[in-house]
Amino acid sequence: MTVETKLALTEQDVRSYSTAKQEPSWFAEYRVQALQAAENLPLPTPDKTKIDKWNFTDFPVHAVESDTFASLADLPEEVKAIVTDNQKNIYIQRNNTPAYLQVSDELTAQGVIFTDIFTAVREHSQLVQKYFMTNGVKTDEHKLASLNAALLNGGVFLYVPKNVEVVEPLQVVFLHDNAQASLFNHTIVVADANSSVTYVENYLSTVTDAVGIVNIISEVFAEDNARVTYGAVDVLAQGITTYVNRRGVANRNSRIEWALGLMNDGDTISENVTHLVGDGSYGDTKMVVVGRGKQKQNFTTKIIHWGKHSEGYILKHGVMKDEASSIFNGIGKIEYGATKANAEQESRVLMLNEKARGDANPILLIDEDDVTAGHAASVGRVDPLQLYYLMSRGISKQDAERLVIHGFLAPVVNVLPIEGVKKQLTEVIERKVR
Amino acid sequence: MSTLVIQDLHVAIDGKEILKGLNLTINTNEIHAIMGPNGTGKSTLASAIMGHPKYEVTSGSVTLDGENVLEMEVNERAQAGLFLAMQYPSEINGVTNADFLRSAINSRREEGDEISIMKFIRELDSKMEYLEMDQDMAQRYLNEGFSGGEKKRNEILQLMMLQPKFAILDEIDSGLDIDALKVVSKGINQMRGEGFGCLIITHYQRLLNYITPDHVHVMMQGRVVKTGGPELAHKLEAQGYDWIKDELGIEDETVGQEA
Repeated sequence: MTVETKLALTEQDVRSYSTAKQEPSWFAEYRVQALQAAENLPLPTPDKTKIDKWNFTDFPVHAVESDTFASLADLPEEVKAIVTDNQKNIYIQRNNTPAYLQVSDELTAQGVIFTDIFTAVREHSQLVQKYFMTNGVKTDEHKLASLNAALLNGGVFLYVPKNVEVVEPLQVVFLHDNAQASLFNHTIVVADANSSVTYVENYLSTVTDAVGIVNIISEVFAEDNARVTYGAVDVLAQGITTYVNRRGVANRNSRIEWALGLMNDGDTISENVTHLVGDGSYGDTKMVVVGRGKQKQNFTTKIIHWGKHSEGYILKHGVMKDEASSIFNGIGKIEYGATKANAEQESRVLMLNEKARGDANPILLIDEDDVTAGHAASVGRVDPLQLYYLMSRGISKQDAERLVIHGFLAPVVNVLPIEGVKKQLTEVIERKVR
Repeated sequence: MSTLVIQDLHVAIDGKEILKGLNLTINTNEIHAIMGPNGTGKSTLASAIMGHPKYEVTSGSVTLDGENVLEMEVNERAQAGLFLAMQYPSEINGVTNADFLRSAINSRREEGDEISIMKFIRELDSKMEYLEMDQDMAQRYLNEGFSGGEKKRNEILQLMMLQPKFAILDEIDSGLDIDALKVVSKGINQMRGEGFGCLIITHYQRLLNYITPDHVHVMMQGRVVKTGGPELAHKLEAQGYDWIKDELGIEDETVGQEA
């Protein structure tokens, strides 16, 4: 069943937005086609979560204008807290406005492109065209993918040329401080052959009465022998319905490692898929989640093995409190021909209240004989014997629970490469589980 | 001087009575050993004093300097001065040994009076060295992937860091090789003194070769059935328990369940 949706924007609206952004004509046409396609495409169908009544299409305004920041000193305190003092390469998007960009001369000299998506479309049109929804996420997958392209109003483009190793992490903050704002962000990270890069993004709401929607697509490409570490901490406000799709394509002997702290307070559909295309490619997804209030969320994590000797690891730990409910779908898929592939996953859910719900579904789909695979899943409460042990050393029950929960969510906190972001995630966890 | 008094203690697990009227008084500056065959209720005693959630005290009392221990939460018992070195310590993923120990120490201190990180690290380093533990154990997750011997040493490390009034050591010697046993004993002997009392629960005389107890008690059928000095442990080692059973007319010394 497909429900025809009347879209908030017309073709003319999209064209004029594109013109205002001085986009090349191919991109304007791309948007228009995607808009037309969106009308009839169905919503995505996350397993075990019915989203046909969720609002992904109705929002107050397409884009808001926000002030830019003249320097890092002008950032709001909440953002300052997550930006390390000597952060050399940083981009800040405020609602839909590219608000601050700093790129070191060193990176520029090496040919690294790190900029907002609009600038990239204008100034690096061919490169963007090569990667934009061609080999990662496709516009015709479902309505939300095509809407993302049609209504794109933010995002980042990062390109690391061949043989360039970027040692220090690049940081991006998507600041959401206008309650009316909606995000249709599209981020592309490309690590060309033999390169490496660490990218860390934050989605941060500093307003509480938000009425917009958020639709995020990130496409990550690790070319032969390249390495991408992608960290993300999402803290979007209650009232925002989020669709977030982070997808990776790993070529020969490349690595993509995800560390995702998904801490939104609104209903969220998160999809994280890594295609291990090349032989010897490696994918690692670590994801932690805290759900509270009446949040409904679905986290689908999938690693698809095409390459021989490809290795995929999924670790998902979720804490559910109050009346929050979440589905954790973990899928390891080994295609025919991916001999010697190894697919491992672990999904664990801790429930802190009677009414909290968590559902861990580990799935292995294997079309090749000569492989190894494994999964572990558990759903339960904080182990009373662990609490007893900690309390027997004088620690109060509340603090003992806190320790166990922080420990449970540590796998992502520990690997986030930016100190401020690590600290922020710890504080968000603290706030959410209290 | 502090005193831990256990009077006519009855304890059940899953509705089955394990301890059937146990009496014991321990003062600081004393080391007591409780010996006895398997299944006589020794570990139940340890767990009941500390407040293990599965053990139900059906009657009797436990007091520490007159305060009713049984009415306290587990953490309050610890703060009052009790410590249990567990037979099977929990493993806690993601929580480092050092963070855990610092939380435990700070739980005994007022807010704003937390132990300084430098002082904590100094103490931890010196105690780990004393117990011949690898320094990296501080940053490993609490008991996770520790060998049996490492877990026992880690219990003694906690004991030395927390400096309780009374420690109960529940089969701290089980699964230890002789070198580890010596190290663990060294730690306990260092605690020995005015402000410290200890209850050692063991099957074996072996540990008592390194820690000489002041008093030795034999448990059978959920009670203390015989008490003596260190010579009692030697006699048990040499002659086993049958002579006590004969003396007291006991046929089956157990409480009918592994304790």
